[in-house]
Amino acid sequence: MSASGSQQGMTPAPKPEQQSPWAEAEGRLSRALRELGQTSWVVTILAVVVALVVGAVLILAANRDVQASLSYFFAQPTAFLETSFQVLREAYSALFRGAVFDWQAPSAERAIRPLTETMVYSVPLILAGLGIAIGFRSGMLNIGGQGQIILGATSAGFLGYALSMPVGLHVLLALAGGILGGAIWGGIAGVLKARTGANEVIVTIMLNNIAIYLLAWLLQQQWYKQTGSNQPLSSSVDESAQLFSLLGSGFRLHAGFLIAILATLGVWWLLERSTLGFEFRAIGENPEAARTAGINVPKATALVLVIAGGLAGLGGAAHVLGTEYRLAGGVAGTLGFDAITVALLGRSRPLGTFLAGLLLGGLRAGGVLMQAQTGTPIDIVLVLQAVIVLMIAAPPLVRAIFFLPHADGRPRLRRRSARRKARSTDSAAPVQERALQTSGAPNAESPGTMTPGTTTPGTQPPSTNTQEPGK
Amino acid sequence: MSDQTVSPAAVQAEPLKQSTTGVRPISWKYPITYAVLAALAVLFAITLPAGARTHFRLSSGGDFFEIPLVELPSRPAGWILALILVGLAGLAIWQASQRVRTRLWLPLLFGVLFVLAFLVWAGADRGAVIPLVTMLTGALALSVPLIFGAMCGLVGERSGVINIAIEAQLLAGAFLAAVAASVFTSAYMGLVFAPVAGALVGALLVFFSVKYQVNQIIVGVVLNVLIIGLTGFLFSTALTQNPELWNARQQLPRLPIPGLSQIPIIGPVLFNQTILVYLMYLIVGVLNVFLFRSRWGLRTRAVGEHPKAADTVGIKVNRMRVYNVILAGGIAGLGGAFFTIGQGLAFGKEMSAGAGFIALAAMILGRWHPIGALLAALLFGFSTSLGNTLATIGTPVPSEALLMLPYVITIFAVAGFVGRVRPPAANGTPYVK
Repeated sequence: MSASGSQQGMTPAPKPEQQSPWAEAEGRLSRALRELGQTSWVVTILAVVVALVVGAVLILAANRDVQASLSYFFAQPTAFLETSFQVLREAYSALFRGAVFDWQAPSAERAIRPLTETMVYSVPLILAGLGIAIGFRSGMLNIGGQGQIILGATSAGFLGYALSMPVGLHVLLALAGGILGGAIWGGIAGVLKARTGANEVIVTIMLNNIAIYLLAWLLQQQWYKQTGSNQPLSSSVDESAQLFSLLGSGFRLHAGFLIAILATLGVWWLLERSTLGFEFRAIGENPEAARTAGINVPKATALVLVIAGGLAGLGGAAHVLGTEYRLAGGVAGTLGFDAITVALLGRSRPLGTFLAGLLLGGLRAGGVLMQAQTGTPIDIVLVLQAVIVLMIAAPPLVRAIFFLPHADGRPRLRRRSARRKARSTDSAAPVQERALQTSGAPNAESPGTMTPGTTTPGTQPPSTNTQEPGK
Repeated sequence: MSDQTVSPAAVQAEPLKQSTTGVRPISWKYPITYAVLAALAVLFAITLPAGARTHFRLSSGGDFFEIPLVELPSRPAGWILALILVGLAGLAIWQASQRVRTRLWLPLLFGVLFVLAFLVWAGADRGAVIPLVTMLTGALALSVPLIFGAMCGLVGERSGVINIAIEAQLLAGAFLAAVAASVFTSAYMGLVFAPVAGALVGALLVFFSVKYQVNQIIVGVVLNVLIIGLTGFLFSTALTQNPELWNARQQLPRLPIPGLSQIPIIGPVLFNQTILVYLMYLIVGVLNVFLFRSRWGLRTRAVGEHPKAADTVGIKVNRMRVYNVILAGGIAGLGGAFFTIGQGLAFGKEMSAGAGFIALAAMILGRWHPIGALLAALLFGFSTSLGNTLATIGTPVPSEALLMLPYVITIFAVAGFVGRVRPPAANGTPYVK
């Protein structure tokens, strides 16, 4: 998001002598298009468009009316198109009405309720997504959001109904418990990585599954769930430990959203303004250089995952104390994996993560209404978000789909000849572009990066961090 | 016999000690682990009530000759097992102190005896029979998808592509196998289509990670979400609207191998299975040979260890990776078929239930080696089966603890406790000339 400013040698008006030979030849329109294709938010929007198209195909394929009209497609093609249009309009308008603004609602209060629902869904996504994002910026792929959320929810919920305390204190203590639970779970992976070099991807995946069984076991223990029944369901969180409602009883929006905003600001400060954040980013960029510069790499590594786990745990705590109130086996749903999507979508930036969390929360909230009104299963939201992330991760693909010019200015179809030409007259090309061309990649990105427009340090999870031996 | 085996070791040890100035420190990890487990077995024996009995059922329906129910007096049996375990632990400690390499039979025997000791203790005076053969059959059934998945991950990672999407490949395989078997009303058609589904997911993985050099782990995670969403969507729409057409149950028939399947205990477990399981034996065997003894295997490992060197001698690195990952996807797709047509079940939402991740763990624990991965997957399958059995007979040990076991072991393995786990050197890095 904020990274779209500095491009790799693609400042809006490059000096004439720095222009590559083919850039001179192309017109102003194509240059504008090229810059458009490079801007990360354009890629994001186009990715959403691709996802909606894929979703549309699925919705149409699964719809009975459309199937029926397809059977007489050649006799009456308009019927098929009309039915398809009708079905899609219903589905996607339900998605929108469920996520943002419901113009069919009987009252104004009901009309704006969807937006608040979106916020409710986005709270744990934003918080956990911030945790994942910190990991990405520090060069660590924390796949363990799920486990950390579960641990956060488990400990926050338990503190929420097992203790009886005054109103303000109780909720704070429960939240702190959630942070601690998540931080411990993240810390296991962090300490193991720092001390033994254990690959954090593997450890966090394993911890996810351990957390699921741990919760399942706890929910069979009477001392833990305190319900007296055999149902694997805990008792409800005390009123004093619940996050207070922001908009009154008609809405589910709770103070967790404020926590999410504060956490976003806090993470921004941590990463961009604090010494610790600088160390995090430094070990993400180049651990060797960081070590040379006197940064305690093992300590920073462990701390990254502790903080990341704490944030995810806070997300789980907010989810239980604000929305769910009860712990069940599936309390975390797919939140942990959605949080990874959120962090990727937000390009590991705090503000970007916040907005991406809102987007995904909106998809969730809208998906519920879409399922209720049009019978389109909510699973389609998973497809949408997966397609969005895949597209964002591979901008050249998005550019290819939309016939946008290539990132380094080579026209799409004459790529090969252009490259050959570049080799003969490479003295004219600026150094950076030349390096990219000789890299021989099918696209202009340097190897391992995910987005072309973001050369700002640390915007994407480096691909190098997985090659270190697990020892 | 002992003289003969000891003396060459001693002969070998002499010059080594002289030539190296610093002797490698003795690794006490394994002996200590054995000692702790042996102590646990003794604890089991102590806590066994006097006069208690443990029942084992060693036979299944169609055995060559029926083995009657075995009834063991718990306490003596527990003590005998515990003493043998203590002896084995002592042997391990002695061997470590003498710097003698422990052979593979020791951990295997130790493991089997420890499990037996545990079962004797767990089943004592429960009034329930421990169905040993059923448990082993269940263990194999749980292991089959894991083994297929681990082989898939292994082929991918040996050629340098991390595959987190094994889960997606299993699920896709299960889905397409069920649908194809149902549409063609033949389980064998499911067997044809399942690898296609897995290979398609593999193709997506390499499309993004090799062509566009997106981080392989991220593609894997996202593909998992994509396939869960896609199969879930199709399940909730087409498959539930018209289950007779799309999701009717089909089962691969069991093909008992004459002769072998009559062997007591292991016969019905190993040789009265569907063609899918025999395929699994075949794939593991073939991979074990081809990965280390063929041109393809050498090239695959070269591409995974040092792609630049491989490229220098003319191996097409990225093409090799693409082919291998797609092939591996086919293997995982077959594994997925076991969930549906292999067990005669209809497709259900997210029915792979994390097996892909356990397969990943098995591959790591097996140190990227087919046999190692096979043993690890069997261990995981067995611990799950044990957990299920214990849940039904009701023991003091929560079944969740046993279900967690694979993951805990893997964490220990990755953290360097169980030997040194080293992935292929170029694992996870895209190759750009």
